[in-house]
Amino acid sequence: MRDFYGVSLKTPMMLGTARFPSPAVMEAAFSSSGASVATVSLRRERGEGQAFWDMVRGLGVHLLPNTAGCHSAREAITTAQMAREYFQTDWIKLEVIGNADTLQPDPFGLLEAAEALCADGFKVFPYTTEDQVVAGRLVDAGCRVLMPWGAPIGSGMGLNNVHGLRTLRAAFPDVAMVVDAGLGLPSHASEAMELGFDAILLNTAVAEANDPAAMARAFALATEAGALAAAAGPMHARDMAVPSTPVIGKAWL
Amino acid sequence: MKIEVNGEQRELTATNLGPALAELGWAEARVATALNGTFVPTAARDDTALSPGDRLEVLTAMQGG
Repeated sequence: MRDFYGVSLKTPMMLGTARFPSPAVMEAAFSSSGASVATVSLRRERGEGQAFWDMVRGLGVHLLPNTAGCHSAREAITTAQMAREYFQTDWIKLEVIGNADTLQPDPFGLLEAAEALCADGFKVFPYTTEDQVVAGRLVDAGCRVLMPWGAPIGSGMGLNNVHGLRTLRAAFPDVAMVVDAGLGLPSHASEAMELGFDAILLNTAVAEANDPAAMARAFALATEAGALAAAAGPMHARDMAVPSTPVIGKAWL
Repeated sequence: MKIEVNGEQRELTATNLGPALAELGWAEARVATALNGTFVPTAARDDTALSPGDRLEVLTAMQGG
């Protein structure tokens, strides 16, 4: 498995902490899945921050603060600086949103922020599209991890552009890649891992399931299965049938 | 002076960020601060002067995806 800025993750699953029905259910989802990274955020202080900070630290996983909701490079850079101090990590999930309906990344603002943050010593995990040219510019800026979307955030549609993701994976063999956003079912996670991605990041599909802990476990198993399959070397699909039982020696009846 | 704290107008007697946080009840709180869109590290708060109309953001940990 490719590492994430020198860190090898125990499991290739990153889980968000939002939208769970209760903190206890969230903890159960982390426990049942063995997710190794938790994404977190910064919002205006209303008296609940300390309790949440204590809880996420207690999960015993790597914390990945995000810049969710930022629509400009400047906002994202300031948020990242605040997150680095608060969460005591130089990891940042960099989101610069360009469209309010699709929550599609703004590639121009993303690149501007990534360049500034990489130069400032951050270890940037950019939320991007499967666009190979944008990815190349992010790598040039110093990003050693890319997080292409599977589908719009919270949509649960799975991998909208398998061809684009496969092309992206092949184009940057040394860069760790996480399929982030849009996963709805464990089979989507398997598919991402089978394509050779290094991890998945999800939130809504688990948090809004009827039984989040069970769904988290299902995603963990699917992720592991996909990773095993990718390492085992999947066969290539063919247009025509090929008999699996040997033809030689068949009786003449 | 009047400044905006997390989107709300507040009247403060403190003239620097560190004492202002204490006046707002966040002396011991674990928070990250930005003044007029620029990050202010904890160590720089006491030396950061406030001006009327400043926009102060005081952030803390929250759930995120």
